[in-house]
Amino acid sequence: MPLLLSAFAAGLVFGLGLILSGMTDPAKVLAFLDLAGRWDPSLALVMGGAIAVGLVGFTVARQRTVSLLGSAMKLPSARHIDRRLVAGGLLFGAGWGVAGFCPGPALVAMAMGHPKALLFVAAMLVGMGLFELVDRRRKA
Amino acid sequence: MTVDWNAFTPWTALAGGALIGVAAVMFVLLNGRIAGISGVLGGLLPPARGDVAWRVAFLLGLFAAPWLWGAVAAWPPVTIDAGTAATVAAGLLVGFGTRLGSGCTSGHGVCGLSRLSPRSLVATLTFMAAGFAAVWVIRHLLAG
Repeated sequence: MPLLLSAFAAGLVFGLGLILSGMTDPAKVLAFLDLAGRWDPSLALVMGGAIAVGLVGFTVARQRTVSLLGSAMKLPSARHIDRRLVAGGLLFGAGWGVAGFCPGPALVAMAMGHPKALLFVAAMLVGMGLFELVDRRRKA
Repeated sequence: MTVDWNAFTPWTALAGGALIGVAAVMFVLLNGRIAGISGVLGGLLPPARGDVAWRVAFLLGLFAAPWLWGAVAAWPPVTIDAGTAATVAAGLLVGFGTRLGSGCTSGHGVCGLSRLSPRSLVATLTFMAAGFAAVWVIRHLLAG
């Protein structure tokens, strides 16, 4: 139960951060991605603020074998840089640039009741499902 | 390059970013998990026994955020200019791409860079470059 409460709290703080930072507004995200237009550099500071805090926290986390609540540390072990990583980044970035939504902000905007955010999330889930199907066939 | 200083919101961007960092640190220190939204969500497709509740709890927290915010202050604008077809295409690309590349802005961009992961640095540079390129093509090449 404590693990579920802490997961809920982390999601809540994450969502508040997304709203405060401006990430939930696709127009602002696209203004950041539009280097050749009237550029809004704000989102670089979102990334900077998050990483400044994250650098400290993850340095502590790396030295632990169990979490503060006693669960196993599930830190990524993959280190290889391959075609999947780059191809995935290219597809994701292209979609991000088309609509101005990445997954977190889209979910928060959906919760605010924006129909187009709901449409984006539905398509995103289909895309994730398609990947599962393709990946399973590839592994079979 | 022309900077739109009127649209620049450095303090809320930094504070919001710091909150995102706090959430990611809470999640890794308390739950031992990476707060990568595409990974948390995608891990539910299909749901695996014993691996569902924490994902749902995190997502419910994310959904609760605008409601808590709304109890205190007005929601900031959410302006979605993309049309229906573009929105669907973008959603498909983001869903497929984040799973293929094992992460998005949060998992690679925030958590991965905070862990000083070279793999996440490559992923982040790749999706940022693709995002810049997509906007340039749509706004400057196609729109003239």
